[in-house]
Amino acid sequence: MELLYFGDKGWGDELFVATLMTIAVSVTAMLIGFLFALIFTPLKLSKFKTLNLIGNFYTTVIRGVPELLVIYLFFFGGSGAIMYVASIFGYNDYIEINAFLTGSFSIGIISGAYSTEVFRGAIQSIDKGQFEASKVLGLKKPAHFFKVIMPQMLRLSIPNLSNVWQITLKDTSLISVTGLVEIMRQSYIAAGSTRDPLFFYSFAAVLYLLLTFLSMKLINRLEIKYNKGF
Amino acid sequence: MDVDLIVTSFPKLLSASLVTLKLLSSSLFIGLFIGLLFAILRLNKNLIVSKFAYGYSYVFRGTPLLVQIFIIYYGLGQIESLRESIFWTILKEPYWCAIIAFALNTGAYTSEILRSAFQTIKPGFIEAGKSLGIKNKIIFYKIQIPIAIRQSLPAYGNEIILMMKGTSLASTVTLMDLTGVAKYIISTTFKPIEVFIIAGSIYLFMTFIIHNLIKYLEKKYSF
Repeated sequence: MELLYFGDKGWGDELFVATLMTIAVSVTAMLIGFLFALIFTPLKLSKFKTLNLIGNFYTTVIRGVPELLVIYLFFFGGSGAIMYVASIFGYNDYIEINAFLTGSFSIGIISGAYSTEVFRGAIQSIDKGQFEASKVLGLKKPAHFFKVIMPQMLRLSIPNLSNVWQITLKDTSLISVTGLVEIMRQSYIAAGSTRDPLFFYSFAAVLYLLLTFLSMKLINRLEIKYNKGF
Repeated sequence: MDVDLIVTSFPKLLSASLVTLKLLSSSLFIGLFIGLLFAILRLNKNLIVSKFAYGYSYVFRGTPLLVQIFIIYYGLGQIESLRESIFWTILKEPYWCAIIAFALNTGAYTSEILRSAFQTIKPGFIEAGKSLGIKNKIIFYKIQIPIAIRQSLPAYGNEIILMMKGTSLASTVTLMDLTGVAKYIISTTFKPIEVFIIAGSIYLFMTFIIHNLIKYLEKKYSF
């Protein structure tokens, strides 16, 4: 237990900060994923074959390739790509991107592929009458999407999004390979300096369980709240 | 785009994918038995037994696979008595540690898949068996298990694909699987895109094969 003391003696405060980091990365990645989903869901549902192809390419490739490989691509390729773009604009110095950004971005792309599938499924399961009704009422496209389709889509996708959240939360453990100090990385450091890997990795498992347990409770509440009247 | 690198690294990555396939098949094989065992325990009327099975699947589904591998590979070596026992010959090998972690992980997911399959079997099938005078044990082995396996094929197919992606974590415990070799080539040549394209295509190809195999099985055993 001494190993968990706060302050210089133990690893309690470090692990606490690391837990906050895991939460921060997961939330950022989830939001980046939503952005990707907002772009790719319409592509997947579009009438045009080429747009469909782009949307399907994204979800198939990302969901068919290991997360770790995607992370390596962005970790090793990210700064190179940005430096290449910068060199077009005449900036030739070395640019190092922040581990937090690379991490959230790569996890975000992965979680975006899952979110896209969830949103697509949700939109497809909305009653056809809703689309027709908003057309008959003469709603313009933005109003049709934001006032009629999106609220229903979000409600229908809460259960599946909670799965995506769980996947995203667990995937953040993989960014420890890039050196970002989240739960896994901190446990690795602590295990290395105390030579007590069993304790620290088990504690990391407990922290992850706690996070998944608490977030499930929270999401269940949301689900009940938004299912009122249905 | 460095075409030379693609040509030279393709055979290396292809042979590394054999390691991935070996890891995948052995962990799925062991995991299937673990899954079946825990699915049956889960449906046991004894509350302690079913709670234990639930706890197992909850813990393994609620924590990242990476933590599970690290506990088994780095953590278990710390227990003195384990190091002196015969298990150590297995547990000192990263290969077996990875397989144990994968098998326990996929076992947890498989047990959930099979449990829900058992629960959705129409009572009519069991009643029909009973009215024909078939013994409970035989009803279980000859009626319930085959139906449950058929029911869970689509979900199990997804689990196989997830597990295939999971085997990439073996590279974190020094194994040179497809991802491990890909990372090695990336970190020596600093050409991530080329390597990603080949390694990614190999993974996608495997996903494609698994997907179609499951589809074929589903069709063959549909009723």
